[in-house]
Amino acid sequence: MMQWSGAFKSPGARKLMSVAEAVAIEQPKPGGAMVAALEAVNKSYGKVPALCGVNFSVRGGELVALLGPNGAGKTTAVKLLLGLLRPDAGKARVFGGDPADPGNRMRTGAMLQVGRVPETLRVREHIELFSSYYPCPLPLEQVLAAAGLEKLRDRKFGDLSGGQRQRVLFALAICGDPDLLFLDEPTVGLDVEARRMLWDEIRRLVDRGKTVLLTTHYLEEADALADRIAVINRGQIIAEGTPAEIKAQTCGKRIRCITSLSVAELHRIPGVGDVKADREAVEIHVRDAEPVVRALLAQDTSLCDLEVTSAGLEEAFLALTQDNGDAMRGRN
Amino acid sequence: MSTTVATLAQSQTERSARHSAKIYFKEAKFEFLKNLRLRVYTLSVISFPLMFYVLFGLLLNSKESIGAVRVPTYLLATYGTFGVMGASLFGTAAGLAADRGLGWLQVKRASPMPPFAYFAAKVILSFIFSAIVISLLFVLGVSFGGVRMPLGEMASLLGTLVVGSLPFSAMGLAIGYFAGPNSAPAVINLFYLPMSFCSGLWVPYMFLPKLVRQIALALPSYHLSQLALGVVGAGRNESAATHWEVLLAFTLICLGVARIGFQRDKGKLYG
Repeated sequence: MMQWSGAFKSPGARKLMSVAEAVAIEQPKPGGAMVAALEAVNKSYGKVPALCGVNFSVRGGELVALLGPNGAGKTTAVKLLLGLLRPDAGKARVFGGDPADPGNRMRTGAMLQVGRVPETLRVREHIELFSSYYPCPLPLEQVLAAAGLEKLRDRKFGDLSGGQRQRVLFALAICGDPDLLFLDEPTVGLDVEARRMLWDEIRRLVDRGKTVLLTTHYLEEADALADRIAVINRGQIIAEGTPAEIKAQTCGKRIRCITSLSVAELHRIPGVGDVKADREAVEIHVRDAEPVVRALLAQDTSLCDLEVTSAGLEEAFLALTQDNGDAMRGRN
Repeated sequence: MSTTVATLAQSQTERSARHSAKIYFKEAKFEFLKNLRLRVYTLSVISFPLMFYVLFGLLLNSKESIGAVRVPTYLLATYGTFGVMGASLFGTAAGLAADRGLGWLQVKRASPMPPFAYFAAKVILSFIFSAIVISLLFVLGVSFGGVRMPLGEMASLLGTLVVGSLPFSAMGLAIGYFAGPNSAPAVINLFYLPMSFCSGLWVPYMFLPKLVRQIALALPSYHLSQLALGVVGAGRNESAATHWEVLLAFTLICLGVARIGFQRDKGKLYG
């Protein structure tokens, strides 16, 4: 994990991950063998690039969260690792081989975002069919319990609510008792309670030695579950590390005040990041508040309504995934 | 680690024939249940041929004859063909286009489902629904149309039509690979209804205009209906072998087109 902490210290270092680091990533860690990996992968849809030069890996027994806004390339990464898409350049590997290999598929489960599921089949029938594909599926009762579907077993899929449908898709992903699980935005559309329940279930899977790759656009979710977070934006991994490291990276302070200084003048103060006008006040995003506050007070004696708050996690994550140059301006 | 090694060893052993057979069976079973509960499918596939048969074969022309064969018997063969076409085209194309277009096929392909099981289930579904439609037509014809046929002849008609559903299942796969999820039913009807008319399934062949009769010779539905009419003794004395050959050729062409669609998808998705 150490090699990653260096990789996101500064924007320059992110882009120029050294060859030594790239090689180090491929070495099996003491924690577990490499289970899924993208190696220098490029993928575009026609002219639209989805992933550019992505190196990314998941080791056995690990829960990795791929965190990024919509359209960042999360689903593309998952589909490459499922063998549903072919990389334009580079390699996608699962268990050291081709993700589309039938033997590897028997060890993999996936929860994808899907537009339509056959609506006239019952919950238990869907599970029974998917279970039959795997060599050693879990008993139906266990799958139903894990996904919280005991009371809905005889319900037709078309009669389920959005959250209940998500749970059926989760059940289909785990019913084969796979070693490796891909969960693409598993908690979208779930209420708070159902989300917590699913988190508990995902933790239980990892406790049983399963490997999980989860995509999400909630930092909170990645923080609550993951051993490691990779932040992806515009088809590139822009930060990677433990949740604590990512938070240290993304957390800053927010200064709010009413000032006569112009936005351009504010940007000239060292350490100032994003500046946003908010009604009569401005919001300044900074890493360390004190030097900036000192400068502000010195330059504008009429400044009032000064507030300094910690930037929320979500907000900080937004800053990290916004236009990189912009978000990084205050950081160096 | 030890569990990983154990499961690795396990996955390297191929799936047993018994396990594969079980998957094919379940895939077909649930494909059948899925469609049986889908009112839009059962209604259009079963009730239309029955309704037409009741109207034109039992209510309007039941006392008349075409050649030596009574109308209720004659139309049993042509509406049987019509029913088989509908069951097969809708059974394959509509589901495939929707599964492809709306992501469900991806979920299935990401799973260890043998890809062929998915297609086999749709073909088996078409067989079963074809048999259901024909059996119901028999029941109507015998009960209300005074159709009298030796059992062997009935079995032969049923067998011919059920086997004859294959070209239309193949055609459905081809349509399913090129039609969008919402437009598929309309595209199916665009082929299904004109083909049925031109082949003499609604109005008997000899009453069709000359141009349409010539077009019919190029249509698989014409050739299947002539095979079915041959069984009840109302054929046009053309060679049955030729009819089967045309159906076989048509099946192969459709499978070729479906394969192009499959490969095209594979460019974007594969495995």
